[in-house]
Amino acid sequence: MNKVISLNEAVDMIHDGMIIMVGGFLGCKNPFKIIDTIIEKGVKDITLIANDTAFPEIGIGKLIVNKRVKKLIASHIGTNKETGNQMNSGEIEVELVPQGTLAERIRAAGAGLGGILTPTGLGTIVAEGKTIIEVDEKEYLLEKPLKADIALIVGAVVDKKGNVRYSKATRNFNPLMAAAADTVIVEADKIVEVGEIDPDDVMTPGIFVDYIVGGSE
Amino acid sequence: MDDKNYIAKRVAKELKDGDVVNLGIGLPTLVSNYIPEGVEITLQSENGFLGMGPAAEPGKEDPYLVNAGGIHVTINPGGAFFDSAESFLIIRGGHVDATVLGALEVDEKGNLANWMVPGKMVPGMGGAMDLVTGAKKVIVAMSHTAKGKHKILKECKLPLTAVNAVDLIVTEMGVMEVTNKGLVLTEINPKYSVEDVQNATGAALIISENLVVMEKQN
Repeated sequence: MNKVISLNEAVDMIHDGMIIMVGGFLGCKNPFKIIDTIIEKGVKDITLIANDTAFPEIGIGKLIVNKRVKKLIASHIGTNKETGNQMNSGEIEVELVPQGTLAERIRAAGAGLGGILTPTGLGTIVAEGKTIIEVDEKEYLLEKPLKADIALIVGAVVDKKGNVRYSKATRNFNPLMAAAADTVIVEADKIVEVGEIDPDDVMTPGIFVDYIVGGSE
Repeated sequence: MDDKNYIAKRVAKELKDGDVVNLGIGLPTLVSNYIPEGVEITLQSENGFLGMGPAAEPGKEDPYLVNAGGIHVTINPGGAFFDSAESFLIIRGGHVDATVLGALEVDEKGNLANWMVPGKMVPGMGGAMDLVTGAKKVIVAMSHTAKGKHKILKECKLPLTAVNAVDLIVTEMGVMEVTNKGLVLTEINPKYSVEDVQNATGAALIISENLVVMEKQN
């Protein structure tokens, strides 16, 4: 099957009101082209799951500035003032999640788990309304899985089967999100033929990836 | 030496050869400039790598490599990259020997508040809640007061980052250990008297019998 599609074909799958996960860390490689195309096409009322909202002019930050996000689930919003402004004015609903908990909640969804138990957040407002479970005399918070309609991830090198090799610090949430969404689209810096990535170097196996766009390099 | 560097230099003495260390943004980052000779530490960056090196030289920034503050940095030989789940496995699972971070408030029970001021500033906790929960040693490095307003308290007022998590507080005035009896002042900057430190602190300090006078802050 051919997984390589155009940017327009990719964004045609993204509709108003969808739950979308986006990989990247403070704009260090978001799927920049897909995000720009989402904005051009007018997709709105997104529930966005991402580590952060980057900076106002960079990547994922533009989705906030252009008011396309209805609800945000993230660990940090301090680098994009617009997120805070929209949160304070009630335009956007924000759920702040500790970064390690965010990673594990996404992983849990992809791994078929009913949640994870973590000590992080005990005794803080993060624990409010959540179930506390004691295991061997230690308390943990039950944190539930997070899944999405679509995951938009970023790969440095992607072969035509969808096998992904990330580069350096841009791996972050991408492999976790690739397993936790109904449809996974990878924006590739470079698309190569099958066999050009050594199987030892594959970080996200192609079975997780539905579509590939880009190849900008 | 300004207060920030004086604090960073003192914090660096807490680190042992072979330690895996996570440094927060701002003042804690300066700690890496003062690692004592003969001590080799490995810096962890929570966005997914070990062996973090100095900031990238202008013009040599790598688009694939930033630290947890979004700053372009480098990675040392022997470093390793991984995803966010593994990064927080390292952090939460007790594989980080020490974390150094700033605080808005700390109290005598080791409770820490450093992620939000309701109605004013809500940047989010990022990795801080996991770090202070999972690291073996939690060191708060900060100015002793906020322009005279107490930050070291009997009980934190701001929303907490974690309960009973802080082990050591290092400020420009001295070093305080969090114990089950309260805060013990173990070291003091010779610029200040014990009375000065107590007046700048919102909790009763226990003065160590072996109070050490720190090096002069020139």
